[in-house]
Amino acid sequence: MSTTTFGRVPAVEPGAATEPSYLTSENTIVSWLFTRDHKRIALLFFVSITFFFFVGGGAATLMRMNLATPEGLLQPALYNRMFTMHGIIMVWFFLIPSIPTTFGNFFIPMMIGARDLAFPRVNLLSWYVFNLSGFVVLYALIMGGADTGWTFYTPLSTVYANGYVFAAAMAVFINGFSSIMTALNFVVTIHRLRAPGMTWMRLPLFVWAIYAVSVVMLTATPVLAMDTFLLAVERFIGIGLFDPRHGGDPLLWQHMFWFYSHPAVYIMILPAMGVASEIIPCYARRPVFGYAGMTIALMSIAILSFFVWAHHMFVAGISIYSGIVFSLATFFVAVPSAIKVFNWTVSLHKGRITFDAPMLYALGFVLLFTMGGVTGLMLATLAVDVDVHGTYFVIAHFHYIMVGATVSAFFGALHYWWPKMTGRLYPEMWARFAAILTYVGFNLTFFPQFVLGYLGMPRRSYTYPAEWQSWNLLSSAGASILAVAYLLPLFYLGWSVFWGRKAGANPWGATGLEWLTPSPPPKHNFERTPAVRLGPYSYDPESDSFVTQEGTRHVR
Amino acid sequence: MYHWIPFWPDTAAVNAVVVNNLYIAELALSGLIMATVVVMMLSFCIHYRSRSTASRANLVEKTWHFEIVWTSATLGVFLILFVWGAAIYLWLFKPPPADEEVYVVGKQWMWKVEHPGGQREIDALHVPVDKTIRLVLASEDVIHSFFVPAFRIKHDVVPGTLETIWFKANKTGVFKLECTQYCGLQHATMQGDIVVMTAPDYARWLAEQGVNEALAAQGADLFRAHGCSGCHGENSTVHAPSLAGLYGTLVHLEDGSVRIADDAYLRDCILNPRSFTVAGYPPVMPDFSGQLGEDELLKLIAYIKSLAGKQEAGR
Repeated sequence: MSTTTFGRVPAVEPGAATEPSYLTSENTIVSWLFTRDHKRIALLFFVSITFFFFVGGGAATLMRMNLATPEGLLQPALYNRMFTMHGIIMVWFFLIPSIPTTFGNFFIPMMIGARDLAFPRVNLLSWYVFNLSGFVVLYALIMGGADTGWTFYTPLSTVYANGYVFAAAMAVFINGFSSIMTALNFVVTIHRLRAPGMTWMRLPLFVWAIYAVSVVMLTATPVLAMDTFLLAVERFIGIGLFDPRHGGDPLLWQHMFWFYSHPAVYIMILPAMGVASEIIPCYARRPVFGYAGMTIALMSIAILSFFVWAHHMFVAGISIYSGIVFSLATFFVAVPSAIKVFNWTVSLHKGRITFDAPMLYALGFVLLFTMGGVTGLMLATLAVDVDVHGTYFVIAHFHYIMVGATVSAFFGALHYWWPKMTGRLYPEMWARFAAILTYVGFNLTFFPQFVLGYLGMPRRSYTYPAEWQSWNLLSSAGASILAVAYLLPLFYLGWSVFWGRKAGANPWGATGLEWLTPSPPPKHNFERTPAVRLGPYSYDPESDSFVTQEGTRHVR
Repeated sequence: MYHWIPFWPDTAAVNAVVVNNLYIAELALSGLIMATVVVMMLSFCIHYRSRSTASRANLVEKTWHFEIVWTSATLGVFLILFVWGAAIYLWLFKPPPADEEVYVVGKQWMWKVEHPGGQREIDALHVPVDKTIRLVLASEDVIHSFFVPAFRIKHDVVPGTLETIWFKANKTGVFKLECTQYCGLQHATMQGDIVVMTAPDYARWLAEQGVNEALAAQGADLFRAHGCSGCHGENSTVHAPSLAGLYGTLVHLEDGSVRIADDAYLRDCILNPRSFTVAGYPPVMPDFSGQLGEDELLKLIAYIKSLAGKQEAGR
């Protein structure tokens, strides 16, 4: 790629009397801890969730080490606590906040031409609340962890479990408020702070995705707060809501829990879809295929996600007729996902495709998401779900979506926007290597688990019959590759902050408003409010040119 | 010990054959979808890589007709899968008339089995081949899940209620029985064997278990010991519903609702009679919650069921 920069490059040399970047404007600890700048808060969140990603990953590493042999390595009690804490930390402390609180926080205002989010103080408070819940979950972990599975099924969690269930549930409870605050901020910002000319149908798809996810977060998270609160009350006072001995119903918990936690799956994947929709057009140098269809699909997924929760309960003892209704609804929610996959793929047609690291991550995202999608269809099919429910098939399926797809998109976004966030380019070859390694390691880890699932290996088991060792060993070997692939960026990206080549304002020749600012952007993003004249993705592969959303044309 | 790498579980019941066909069809379809996406992606990536000189003229501007095509295609295929899966689900979860009924109680961390003849086993279930076996599942503590991979059947065992499932094994042999709902510390070891035997072998096995009182007879003892017979017995003068011929019929309750007198209903009535007062009877039955264990309940239910045939004989 040429070193020419595009867009509104500062007229003078860097270091001259331009407005200082958001990184260098003030440099006291107080200026970071009490910042109201969405970009700094995004970095604060980035530090927090990266920490939890590696804590949750550490638990996963111990689990895969344990499962390399049927005899195992850990005590059963420790293994049970590890998979519980792995689930809780990865779901609530990494996946759900991952893309929204970092890239959403950093780029939503920049992509719509705003100077900050609507409520900067609420944004900062969200980070503090997140960290408070983080301390509580770390307390639960260090004291010995909970042993209920991340789903806290009653009456195991309320009457029988003797770990730190209360602390873990309270961590989830507090964490929810952080989600709500961030989501509220995004909804208001996207409604109220769009630059002149930035109509709804000109919004980049990442903004649409964050909007969709914020609506889901705002509506579903309060239910989680109720669930965990009732769980705590039940555990302490034993009022019998979920206890059949007092006339309660254990399935009530499952209904309430999945009423939040199924939409939560879409909270984890929708932002990743947004990221892929930014990266693919940029590196294919052509408009995304079917922009309007993509927005409709995003919003349909967000709405339909509320009507499928009981597909987690097909064998739990719900009425078989409600099983049928929820299976049908689940097939409906799969339709917009399928449309998105086809649209991303066709977005490569007649492109001018380069295979930089973000693109490799994005293509990996599409493939892994498709794999998770087709196995999701199998799980939506009632009779097949009866067989594979509660086995490793389910584990493999949701890891393809939540780890394969979402974490790939997270790393894709990290590389794509790294020059904008830090002002430095990452080392391309290392990044491509990490992207490919992620894909290989991931498939090696999780594909064998589909086979294990159909063979009948139950999830949450610290041991298994000897004839299943080959697949488990493959999976553990894959996990070690995956661990390397996830650790690598920590080193080369860290290196690039100090020694990487300086990035221009728009190193990838992208069209969004965020690329009009210098890299890294000044504290208030834009010197003047941009005037938007075009939709996103005005790339022309024929002449290899592009037009920014402000309407300036550039030839590469 | 060396093992062949297993790719496919045993298929040892009529249930399994039906589910297998659907699973294979879905695997093929998934393969087709994945292949379509991979082939399209690869060919575009190669053909339109940045250095290629392929023409980029005439980009598709109107995309909606493509989108309508693949929306309706996926919707059509999905509906077929839905109907296929739902039809089997209804068949799997609506037990047909059974040749034999076995009671299974899950508790941390074992499966306790009681045969109608009174034979008991733990973490093992002996059944005859080619017979429809109906299982009544109960849990003493937390939620467990009864899973036999070779039969492709599974159902959660929820405390506070009874669940029924069925299977018809078509192969003799020993197959895995598992718990697939995390139930605490030793969840991973809550496993057993399903032993499918030929009819003569099974009859011999039943006989070898020693002289047992049949489950219904044990239930009859409990029926007397707990005073049930004082009201529900044949010669009772108390105005209480007769239990003869009750099982499987419709019961009209005081609150206007109608319930089928199945296993779960009988259990509810014994433990919580005031919520299930039968229309036309006074709510005088004491509540037996906390006084009867799950296996005792199952014996009482077996006894009440055994009364179903008696009334027909009397008519």
